[in-house]
Amino acid sequence: MTSRARILFVVGSLLLALAFVLPLWAVYLQAPQYPEGLGMLIRINDITGLKPNDIDNINNLNHYIGMKRIVPESIPELRLMPIIIAALMATGLAVAALGRRWLARTWVVLFAAVAIVGLVDFYKWEYDYGHNLDTDNAIIKIPGMNYQPPLIGSKQLLNFRATSIPAAGGYALIVSLALGVVAVVIDWRRKSPAPALARRAVRPALQM
Amino acid sequence: MSLSRRSALLGVAGAVALGATFFHACAPTAQKAGVGIAADASSRVYVPPGSYDEYYAFFSGGFSGQLAVYGLPSGRLLRVIPVFAQNAENGYGYNAETKEMLNTTWGYIPWDDAHHPSLSMTNSEHDGRWVFINGNNTPRIARIDLSTMQTTEIVQIPNAAGNHSSPYVTANTEYAIAGTRFSVPIPQKDVSISSFDQEFNGTLSFIKADEFGKMAVAFQVLMPGYDYDLARPGKGPSADWVFFSSYNTEQAYTKKEVEASRNDKDVVAAVNFRMIERCVADGKAETWPSEYMHAIYDESTQTARSEKVTGVKVVKPADCAGAVYFLPTPKSPHGIDVDPTGEFLVAGGKLATVIPVHAFSRMQQAIADQAFDGEKDGIPILKYEAVNFCEIQNPGLGPLHTEFDGQGNAYTSVFITSEIVKYTLPGCEVVDRVPTYYSIGHLMVPGGDTRKPYGKYVIALNKITKDRYLPTGPELTQSAQLYDITGDKMRLLLDFPTIGEPHYAQAIEASLIKDKQVKFYRIADNNHPYVARNEQETNATRSGKTVHVKMTSIRSHFAPDNIEGVQVGDTVLFHVTNLEQDWDVPHGFAAIGSAHDAELLIMPGETRTLKWVAQFPGVYPFYCTDFCSALHQEMQGYVRVSPAGSATPLKWSIGKPAVTAAK
Repeated sequence: MTSRARILFVVGSLLLALAFVLPLWAVYLQAPQYPEGLGMLIRINDITGLKPNDIDNINNLNHYIGMKRIVPESIPELRLMPIIIAALMATGLAVAALGRRWLARTWVVLFAAVAIVGLVDFYKWEYDYGHNLDTDNAIIKIPGMNYQPPLIGSKQLLNFRATSIPAAGGYALIVSLALGVVAVVIDWRRKSPAPALARRAVRPALQM
Repeated sequence: MSLSRRSALLGVAGAVALGATFFHACAPTAQKAGVGIAADASSRVYVPPGSYDEYYAFFSGGFSGQLAVYGLPSGRLLRVIPVFAQNAENGYGYNAETKEMLNTTWGYIPWDDAHHPSLSMTNSEHDGRWVFINGNNTPRIARIDLSTMQTTEIVQIPNAAGNHSSPYVTANTEYAIAGTRFSVPIPQKDVSISSFDQEFNGTLSFIKADEFGKMAVAFQVLMPGYDYDLARPGKGPSADWVFFSSYNTEQAYTKKEVEASRNDKDVVAAVNFRMIERCVADGKAETWPSEYMHAIYDESTQTARSEKVTGVKVVKPADCAGAVYFLPTPKSPHGIDVDPTGEFLVAGGKLATVIPVHAFSRMQQAIADQAFDGEKDGIPILKYEAVNFCEIQNPGLGPLHTEFDGQGNAYTSVFITSEIVKYTLPGCEVVDRVPTYYSIGHLMVPGGDTRKPYGKYVIALNKITKDRYLPTGPELTQSAQLYDITGDKMRLLLDFPTIGEPHYAQAIEASLIKDKQVKFYRIADNNHPYVARNEQETNATRSGKTVHVKMTSIRSHFAPDNIEGVQVGDTVLFHVTNLEQDWDVPHGFAAIGSAHDAELLIMPGETRTLKWVAQFPGVYPFYCTDFCSALHQEMQGYVRVSPAGSATPLKWSIGKPAVTAAK
């Protein structure tokens, strides 16, 4: 690996640390009688409200349509995600240290796979919440209506406009993966980097 | 009839007809509505839908006993805060949680006459913590928290009657003030009314006010039996003093409208409360066994409690020389108002033909020079000429109250000629006057009693409206008028109705309190003895003939919503906790045949108790009264009442088999 690529790996891996403090994804709910907005933030190990009581208030509203309660403690992915991201961080730094291009490529492929699996999993949860309703106890029943929020983007669900987009931590993950891809591409162009060239490359990289 | 006689008759008839037409044309006609209104008035007071007003204004409800919150300049009524009168609308003063607020040594008093809101001050500027208001009839002072807009503390004033010169807090909210508009035997005793001049006194009271929950009578000054009408604390150089107007130096006790109006001059009492503090500390006060009630609302238990306090420090002016002076002032003065610099004391002599303006610096000089004109009960009377700074000439008839714009102008309300007169200080020249509709009492400039008035507007608080609005039978609204004072001429912008009788009002910049408004109470902080913090904690328990139901409300159901096993003669106490933890989701609670209570209006996170006595066997509904949600109509339940001695067990449920109360 070139020094530039290795630095990109170090930066990308360290960026993953942000995922531990910043929310990964946000779902905003807007309705006429909620001018102040409602919403939830999906974090690496928890789902929290945009405001302190938003999860309870969303759950209370959802009981009208028979949607299951959102209970973060019962979602196993929230326990897995910190391990997966920590592992990506550790291996990313290891790749930078070892400097093997095949390791770098493998890491990028693994990260991409994790991202795809994560999004598919998120979609499945959304589908489940949106479709598997307690029709016996639902108060508002509209034939053919489901309440699945969009994976990404906006959708009108009764009086609420649901908007689902990455949050700051999510963008950190995207940038981290993108840096990995860039690193791999840089190395790809340089079939066999001369060590001297690599050392010289350090300076411009640092000046970035 | 001869021709000449006929023509003479015709001539006379014609003259009468002509005369009638002429005089009819001369008859005065009512002034057209809209006269004197600024051309751009509507845009000046128009606050577009969804936009906020610039000021919160607190208007006393007068004989409604409450405090109204308006937005200015729009004049929109935002809320009525119950203070001294029970309020069926939300159960204040009815339910167990708030009833104690209205407890006095006379027992439970469901009403009072609320006159003067007074915003808390730091360095003679509004600090946005509280607003205080006096109860005139059964002397009391209430504290309203500006973050919850709830009455959180009420203290009774002992040795008092007619607490009118109140609460007018001092420069740093050290004290709220109370005084006696009605002199009475102090302490009370059975004496002949005609012994007034020997047996009757007034008191001027200083109530600790700078800490919630600690209101107490710090000391009372025992005064001659005059009627102490209004008060203002000083500011800046005069910040240690409070000034009280008085009338009835004649000490009349009957036919007072005539007998109390004889003297050309009555007095303004100047009281140095720092000096009295020192006299009290030096043991110059007597401790009297007077009793008064103190009620506080505990936000943690969400319940008011009241306790009787015994003992007050009473200071006689003769025992604390240099603390109290009388300033002769024409004639039956009503308002006594202090300008932003603390130098000028403007007295509204309601029967005087001038407005006397005293100067604090002249008062101090007069004290130093001992420019006295006799004394009364150990209180030196200063020479009028020595303290008076100027007399405003031609102020109109019946000047009452004065506020200031901080630009060197004073605005005095003039009752009889129904106008506001504007004059310069220290210039003492009238520069403008404007009619009010009708019979203005107090007036208010936003921040007009502070060291730094906000200016912009003056608001007239009127006693009579007559033709100003669509008439509503014999009982008409009272009103307020908003005038622009940014130019040389005062210009009428807006006229709006008010609740009760708006005596006085104060306004505060919205930014000082808007963002600290509590949106709901945290359920985790609710320590009400009968709180149910979730539906699992709900139950029904019997204790003799009393049934406690711990109930919750959340959109859109009560839990439990079925209760059985109540018997005729039982008192059912529904302790309803609103489980909502979101903004603007109150739930109501009402039960058919509530003979002992009004409804409950329960804010999110609050617990309130409705007392309901089971009178007849049957099944009776209860329901939510505040349209809370789409399924609000369904938010209801039943309580079954069985005959006394019935075997039906006490049980409660919602949507599942009933739970039976443990034996």
